[in-house]
Amino acid sequence: MTQVKMTVNGKSVSGDVEGRTLLADFLREGLRLTGTHIGCDTSQCGACVVHVNGEAVKSCTALALDLDGAEVVTIEGMANPDGSLSVIQQAFQDHHGLQCGFCTPGMVMSAAALLKDNPKPSEHEVRDYLEGNICRCTGYHNIVKAIMAASGQDVTQIAAE
Amino acid sequence: MYNFEFAKPTTIADAVEALGHEEAQALGGGQTLLPTMKQRLAAPATLVSLNAIPEMIGVCLNDAGEVCIGGATTHAMVVREAAAHYPALAALASHIGDPAVRNRGTIGGSLANNDPSACYPAAALASGATIKTNTRDIAADDYFQGMFETALNDGEIITEVRFPVPQTANYQKFVQPASRFALVGVFVAQFADGVRVAVTGASSDGVFRWTEAEAALSGDFSKSAVDGLSVPSGSMISDLHGSGDYRAHLVKVMTGRAVAAAG
Repeated sequence: MTQVKMTVNGKSVSGDVEGRTLLADFLREGLRLTGTHIGCDTSQCGACVVHVNGEAVKSCTALALDLDGAEVVTIEGMANPDGSLSVIQQAFQDHHGLQCGFCTPGMVMSAAALLKDNPKPSEHEVRDYLEGNICRCTGYHNIVKAIMAASGQDVTQIAAE
Repeated sequence: MYNFEFAKPTTIADAVEALGHEEAQALGGGQTLLPTMKQRLAAPATLVSLNAIPEMIGVCLNDAGEVCIGGATTHAMVVREAAAHYPALAALASHIGDPAVRNRGTIGGSLANNDPSACYPAAALASGATIKTNTRDIAADDYFQGMFETALNDGEIITEVRFPVPQTANYQKFVQPASRFALVGVFVAQFADGVRVAVTGASSDGVFRWTEAEAALSGDFSKSAVDGLSVPSGSMISDLHGSGDYRAHLVKVMTGRAVAAAG
């Protein structure tokens, strides 16, 4: 076992991990931050997306030790300091962007990464960015609508196809 | 996956030393290697991360006008930093995998793996790139040696890839929608002394140059120049996603599209 240190959601954390310990496992088992979901465990589905040094990363396909010293943000770090939902999270609720909710942590983290680099994405750009986030409930329309709304754009004309 | 010792050197010399251990394996972004290890198709005793070696990260332009990309540079960084120097290469990088994969996957990892459906091998071969390792420079024409086979020796590290910049270039990928790899991808690069065409995804021998198209396009750089050509389907991959004949046909179609787009 080797000690790994990171900053997770603004707090310094550390733990003893094996070489093979994935970032997702360190977050979930080591830190009990179970908001990060493991769906496929093969880097296809995106339920495990977190931010590492400001960039979206699939935490099931990154080793904890390889990210020693990194700044990590998970879904638990997304709410406002007073505990209210962030703009993106609130938009998912307002626009019914989730049904079972399993993919939602990854969707929210991917959406946040997109809007950081591209504050007013087109619908096409949103759909393109979500290529690596799979949802089996919604058909994506309301997820796309939520992200467009979170970016401050008018979504009344985006109809479900 | 089976457990392993983990090393994260900060210099190329230390990485080479760590890779000298028995059953040691270099780790790039891990976007292929980690899933492979989870399936227990690979079980290295030591994994040597190449992600903390500063001289292997970044994009620059050298005095010869070549775009030089460090072996541990992520696809996302290539998208951002190569766009001004070599737009077709940056565009190719922007369609590898998905955004989160592009934030981890590296050019050195992709070229060392030489997946027969990966995008970067087509760019390297069509551009006539030089693969620089810790011991030597390897021309792309000598580097790719078949499916998952390269000229790299055990423990040899891709430290940098140097791309000559063509006058015009374009990459067209017909995506296999489940994997997002290329069912067929064609990179066309027009240089002052001729055209190079490299095809990925199609052949069971991995990336290859379509020399007939190169000859035709060097004389007449237009989509119609390849209309009369045909690609032998014998060595084409044939699977549930497409027959060999289908892939052979796609090679011509995607070449035509790349020429038209490069225009």
